[in-house]
Amino acid sequence: MTAARFSPMQRLLHWLMAACILAMLFIGVGMVSTLSTRYLALVSIHKPLGIAILLLALLRLGLRLRRGAPPLPSDLPEPMRLAAHVSHVALYGLMIAMPLLGWAMLSAEGYPVVLWQGLRLPPILPQSLEAYALLRQAHGLLGYAFFAVILAHLGAALFHALVRRDGVFEAMAPVPGRALD
Amino acid sequence: MAQPSRPSRFPLGSFVVIAAVLGGGAAAFAYTAGWLSPERLSRERVLAALSPPGGPAPGHRRNHTKGLCFTGSFEANGAGAALSRAPVLAAGRYPVIGRFNLASAVLAQPDGQARVRGLSLSITGPDGSEWRTAMITAPVFPVSNVEAFYALQMAARSKEPGAMGAFAAAHPEIAAFGAWAGSAPWTGSYAEERYNALNAFLFTDAGGRDHAVRWSVRPEARPVPVPHEQLTAKPPDFLNDEIKARIAAGPVRWTMTVTEAGPGDPVADPSKAWPEERRTVEVGTLTAEAVQEEQDGPCRDINYDPTVLPPGMRPSADPFPAARSSAYALSYERRAAEAAAYPHSAPGGRP
Repeated sequence: MTAARFSPMQRLLHWLMAACILAMLFIGVGMVSTLSTRYLALVSIHKPLGIAILLLALLRLGLRLRRGAPPLPSDLPEPMRLAAHVSHVALYGLMIAMPLLGWAMLSAEGYPVVLWQGLRLPPILPQSLEAYALLRQAHGLLGYAFFAVILAHLGAALFHALVRRDGVFEAMAPVPGRALD
Repeated sequence: MAQPSRPSRFPLGSFVVIAAVLGGGAAAFAYTAGWLSPERLSRERVLAALSPPGGPAPGHRRNHTKGLCFTGSFEANGAGAALSRAPVLAAGRYPVIGRFNLASAVLAQPDGQARVRGLSLSITGPDGSEWRTAMITAPVFPVSNVEAFYALQMAARSKEPGAMGAFAAAHPEIAAFGAWAGSAPWTGSYAEERYNALNAFLFTDAGGRDHAVRWSVRPEARPVPVPHEQLTAKPPDFLNDEIKARIAAGPVRWTMTVTEAGPGDPVADPSKAWPEERRTVEVGTLTAEAVQEEQDGPCRDINYDPTVLPPGMRPSADPFPAARSSAYALSYERRAAEAAAYPHSAPGGRP
């Protein structure tokens, strides 16, 4: 792949999902902190939004495998190259794993997975208290890890955009930036 | 094309910008999580307030801790369809997994000392949708809102002599509950009790009209008043023993009724009863057909979250179902993590 930038579809998916995933993480951490009536409103967004993220992530993974990504700058130091690779694997893994963990966790609880009134997803695991305990813990801890990886990703993006100015940020920027002039 | 870098000649400002963005993001996340406001009423604090002196019983519910499972059916007569299009209210017979319980966080609570008793139901409708409800024998809830519920737990566990008096002075709504607790007859059986889902919910009928409702189950068995001293002299598990023997001899039934709020009735305050003359519809018959010890019973792993509702029912402005859903989820999470402390007595013990 030698294109300088991600395809318009890849960029659209990236920024759409960035908004969805950030909203999702804030909703998740906010809903478990509240007893107010907002709790139910947040939970009722969390579930369909999670399934939407899962579908978008699968679509995006397919595009990435088919279309690839612009090459990193040749002068990028090896440790940064490795960090870029590992963090992107983590981001794709979490985008797909988190919704599945949430769905599996509710299944193991025997709790109906209602996306909205009348639309219920089938359980993907049999009821098991022990499985629920593990999945619930994983869903929570990986949620925090997801936010940490996103902060690292954002920090790296800004580092490329503001400090290195090497075109990496512009490859995913919604509109062409200065570095491509 | 990714290009050779043209590094900024003044990177310090860029690093400040990056640090500000990341620090701001992390701070917003921490704020949303409640980590910056420990004084906020959280579900962790509510569970701590409910915790009995020796700590919660590992592997058990954090409140209504002592219980017994039963299975049976709900036979809807179809009259409920006038209020809700929920499939479970259409005429038919639907399976029930229920739980008799005491309103206490103490696992070893003697049955004769619990003023409030509970009945929880999970009814699965013909479309597979579930209706979960956790009801109690009190006709009104002691308090109006979640903050007052927390304050009540804190007053009840306080060693200050005037704590409960001060609470009652600040929360006069508790008088109605207090009057019931002081004067209502005690009975010697779970089967002789009426159980009330004190929270209001919204039913939506087939025409799309909303109805604010509360529901109850009324016993078929005639309540026989028993002096409280007689009950406290009985064995600690007499209620469990009694209901096991009674159901072994034949099914035990209740009539489920749904009462619709009138204009101006308090929907958001379960401490206020609605007037007696409100339209009340008998929607079906609940039958308990078999009893199982909780340890191996089908109710053990059910979270009786009152917001698990079929299409055609949803929470109202009443603040409690949301708070209960949130707190029950944490109770479930904790007892699930402690599952090894409350194992099945035999492999395959659970149906």
